[in-house]
Amino acid sequence: MSEFLAMGGYAAFVWPSYAVAVGALLVLAAVSLRQWRAAKAEVARLELLGPRRRAGGGA
Amino acid sequence: MDGNAAPRGRSLHRFANPGRFMRLSGVVLPWVAALAVGVSALGLVWGLGFAPPDWQQGDTVRIMYVHVPAAWMAMGGYLGLAVASFVSLVWRHPLADIAATAIAPVGAVFTAICLITGSLWGKPMWGTWWVWDARLTSVLVLFFLYLGHMALTSAFDEPERAARPAAILALIGAVNLPVIKFSVDWWNTLHQPASVTRFDAPAVHVDILWPLLIAGLGFLFAFAAIVLLRMRTAILQRRARALMLARAAEARAPEAVPA
Repeated sequence: MSEFLAMGGYAAFVWPSYAVAVGALLVLAAVSLRQWRAAKAEVARLELLGPRRRAGGGA
Repeated sequence: MDGNAAPRGRSLHRFANPGRFMRLSGVVLPWVAALAVGVSALGLVWGLGFAPPDWQQGDTVRIMYVHVPAAWMAMGGYLGLAVASFVSLVWRHPLADIAATAIAPVGAVFTAICLITGSLWGKPMWGTWWVWDARLTSVLVLFFLYLGHMALTSAFDEPERAARPAAILALIGAVNLPVIKFSVDWWNTLHQPASVTRFDAPAVHVDILWPLLIAGLGFLFAFAAIVLLRMRTAILQRRARALMLARAAEARAPEAVPA
């Protein structure tokens, strides 16, 4: 196990590479998901108090 | 100023087609996201723990399993950005514009991963974090092209007005793609030449090729999932904008609303 972690003496280069790749993608996914939720809530809010249906017919 | 009813009606109508995209992408996205996690994990664990070390480079070769797929996404993403920009420019399709806007930050992140992992690989193998050679410099230019596109699209209050200049920027920047690809052949460089994406057979052993291709596929799913999510977000943001403009117009001229 410690041999695996040591990466043949290159642990300081191999592990950060994987950490950067996985970390950056997770952060991007999390930020994108948060923006999605915010946009969804905003549209829901606007539609709730939104203008009378333009499509006509009613009113 | 879109103070009267006509342009407002038109701008809302344009999202009829994105409506279909919303339904479809809503069904597909969970599956793509699950594949992104599963396939990436398989490829990366394979590369990290089970692929053989290189006889010259030792365990640093494992960096390849994140570096090379990230480079593929960085370049493939820009190709997607260029194609979307072309479609946006020629056919004025709002979805193409939205796709371009969604791709740019995702491509930028993959390019950053490529640059950082390349640096982490270069230090032990070349003895330097960075050299200003053709391959590294052209990929850095790619990163700045993505950032430039993001800056340009966010500089406009109305996203629709950013579409044209952003698309032109993306298409001009596409010249950089063949420069990146062939930089290792055209110039002397520390960077090794292509060993997988060659016209003849790949020059790497299957024990290395399989985890590399699987990691690449996983990254592709990750790219697709995040781009789809960001496209859906952009559509909702534009819908929110249209609703807000409609409300503002209504408040200004209530009698203009069709009864």
